[in-house]
Amino acid sequence: MITLKKADFDKILAHAQSEAPIEACGLIAGELDGEDKIVKKVYILTNVDHAEEHFTLDPKEQLAAIKDMRANGLTPLGNWHSHPVSPSRPSEEDKRLAYDSSASYMILSLMDDVPVLNSFHIEGDKAEKEQLVIE
Amino acid sequence: MIITVAGVKKEVKDGITVAQLVIDENVETPQYVTVTVNDDFVENSQLESTVLHEGDTVEFLYFMGGGQ
Repeated sequence: MITLKKADFDKILAHAQSEAPIEACGLIAGELDGEDKIVKKVYILTNVDHAEEHFTLDPKEQLAAIKDMRANGLTPLGNWHSHPVSPSRPSEEDKRLAYDSSASYMILSLMDDVPVLNSFHIEGDKAEKEQLVIE
Repeated sequence: MIITVAGVKKEVKDGITVAQLVIDENVETPQYVTVTVNDDFVENSQLESTVLHEGDTVEFLYFMGGGQ
């Protein structure tokens, strides 16, 4: 299970909506409680691809975020990105580029009136939806 | 000598290169990892020739990207 604060969901949503139709992206960090993940901080990063169908996290911002996590005692938990016009599920490219099997991959779809956020564990070409709790 | 790797202080051999550290640390899918030393990004072509020094701080950054 992975838990996300409503305020952090709103932060992701607001940024994704402001960036659309460009894909938005960032990192999540927090705490591990056994197999459960608790997101304590969401990071907004630049999509250096500036593309509607691709994203790449800015490596310099990624480094800064990792250092901030260390300084605040947070554990890197994964990343998030938006799908402005497609469903909240990993694309073939998302799966191919998911190199960290311990990470959670959150995908926010804006294709419908109601935004949909899901979190996935990706290993090889298999993606499994994680139980996501927004509170 | 002592260096810091991903936030953890470690003892490594004097004169170790970044390339050797990547091997010793069992970095998964190293072709998709960017290495920084003291916040400077090390080009892949420089991994073999970049020698680490006492007190250096090394981070491994996984490429993170995708597409819809």
